[in-house]
Amino acid sequence: MQMAESGYHYPDARGHFGPYGGVFVAETLIPALDELRAAYEASRNDPDFLAEFEYELKHYVGRPSPIYHARRWSDRLGGAQILLKREDLNHTGAHKVNNCIGQAMLARRMGKPRVIAETGAGQHGVATATVAARYGMECVVYMGSEDVQRQAANVYRMKLLGAQVVPVESGSRTLKDALNEAMRDWVTNVHSTFYIIGTVAGPHPYPMLVRDFQSIIGRECLTQMPELMGRQPDYVIACVGGGSNAMGIFYPYLDIPEVRLVGVEAAGEGIETGHHAASLSAGRPGVLHGNRTYLLQNEDGQIVDTHSISAGLDYPGVGPEHAWLKDSRRAEYVGVTDGEALQAFHDLCRLEGIIPALESSHALAYAARLAPTLPRDQLLLVNLSGRGDKDMHTVAARSGIQF
Amino acid sequence: MSRIATTFAELAARGRKALIPFITAGDPSPEMTLPLLRALVAGGADVIELGVPFSDPMADGPTIQRASERALARGMSLRGVLEIVSQFRAEGGLTPIVLMGYANPVEAMGVDRFVVAAGAAGVDGVLIVDYPPEECLEFAAKLRAAALDPVFLLAPTSTDQRIADVAKAGSGYIYYVSLKGVTGAGHLDLDEVARRIPMIRSRVGMPVGVGFGIRDAESARQVAQVADAVVIGSRIIEEIENAPVEAVTDRVTAFLGTIRRALDGQGD
Repeated sequence: MQMAESGYHYPDARGHFGPYGGVFVAETLIPALDELRAAYEASRNDPDFLAEFEYELKHYVGRPSPIYHARRWSDRLGGAQILLKREDLNHTGAHKVNNCIGQAMLARRMGKPRVIAETGAGQHGVATATVAARYGMECVVYMGSEDVQRQAANVYRMKLLGAQVVPVESGSRTLKDALNEAMRDWVTNVHSTFYIIGTVAGPHPYPMLVRDFQSIIGRECLTQMPELMGRQPDYVIACVGGGSNAMGIFYPYLDIPEVRLVGVEAAGEGIETGHHAASLSAGRPGVLHGNRTYLLQNEDGQIVDTHSISAGLDYPGVGPEHAWLKDSRRAEYVGVTDGEALQAFHDLCRLEGIIPALESSHALAYAARLAPTLPRDQLLLVNLSGRGDKDMHTVAARSGIQF
Repeated sequence: MSRIATTFAELAARGRKALIPFITAGDPSPEMTLPLLRALVAGGADVIELGVPFSDPMADGPTIQRASERALARGMSLRGVLEIVSQFRAEGGLTPIVLMGYANPVEAMGVDRFVVAAGAAGVDGVLIVDYPPEECLEFAAKLRAAALDPVFLLAPTSTDQRIADVAKAGSGYIYYVSLKGVTGAGHLDLDEVARRIPMIRSRVGMPVGVGFGIRDAESARQVAQVADAVVIGSRIIEEIENAPVEAVTDRVTAFLGTIRRALDGQGD
């Protein structure tokens, strides 16, 4: 991707963002990562590759996604103007598909007929299964057995799309264990298999290439904001689990210091309760899933169980570039509780006729907290990273409703 | 000379191959680990790889994952593993011990504190599965400064450059992973092992142990024809899993004995 920003040059050649990132994997995976790095280096500046990526994003995904000025909600909040980058309007209903197309194109170039993925709530699994169907690839999705139970509709979706869904019974039986299992599959079947990681985490080059594929989000905003509002936003706000939608919208803004970047983590039932998934706010640096980053861990360095109402944010780590942006203070990271996210979810439904994903509702909730403290001419650009159809049963259950 | 290097030198002088069993500390319970270390010595272990349990053992297959889960459920920690090693030394255990585990527990303790504590406990070597040489040159140097051997993995897919990197960063021995995949997985490619090991040994200038996929006396004997050491892990964990508590140590000693005899038959 020709998107090297002028002043910001991360990661370095070995995948480090300051002290974070890197390649922390067993020797058996090193050649696979070398091969991937070489393939990506050869593709990222290849005009044919970029043209195909652009074509797919336009005709298959439906890009560019619009920016929508949420006037009624902004008026109600009585302060800054809130603008929504509508990733929820993409094919498959979220930003995830941008990255899946990029990685599936790489897989084809590398001659790998089989793709695998990990998934928590199922969104990345559905996006991967979608793209695999589109390209005629075999697809296996690893999903914690707890999540398979909770997300039956997405499991069925993946099967409709021709994917095999493998329930993972180890560890806490959630996203992190699905990721472990996908890595184990990859190391065993590396000659035939491409591992499509769903977020800006994992060993180098994944955090970089997922960011690059997702940065279409922010690049569009750079063009759209002046067209719509006459200038760039004052704040860019996005939710952070692994952090791919946030990196996608932040990255093109990194070299515009006037634009404040805010990542919103899941504070669950409150940071002080211990039931949350706010790695940057409450974690310590460590090594997991191939990179060094902030992790939620106990004193002995064991990874702890996390909680969020939003399955997509329910992860004990975070992409290493966010760790670096936090330490270098280019971005700031805040927490939003389950309750605040739900309030924003309902407000957006009622005031704007948009049902947001619970993940994105965290970013919306922070915008709702911030807007009233700012003058009316301030602009908050929020990444509405996905739609909320998948969350119907979660939200209904909170209101005591069963389907 | 480190205790590991001495062990390999003595074995080589006698024309013997090293037997390196692996168990996870704390499995099936923290109280059983010390008796299991004795059982491994009784079964003929030359070096013991002692697993430090981790919540997310990405490079391990289901057998060692289960061992790790059992150990953590019983409250095992890195600190607890070091205590057990101290006890083993205090009662006169001389067999070299290599701690094998993942980076995060070590980083949580603090690398410097870990190196001091491991040395004091009587650990001889450290193998951190998710520390490839380029990410841990400093750590490896600290280990060596404390007279601990940094042990590294090599794989069938390792390039010449990787072999050179590992030769520079590591000491004690090289752990050659004999197949693609995770611990405890399927098929061992003996021809491949036979082809690669002599080349690797000549380049790294230290003994080469082979592990992953060795399940019985016959595969151990065949591997020992080309390697300096045979590492056997998942198969021992299965013995531990399947034995009633009171019989665990006897079963492990008996099983390891079958491997020991196969290796020693090799030297005759």
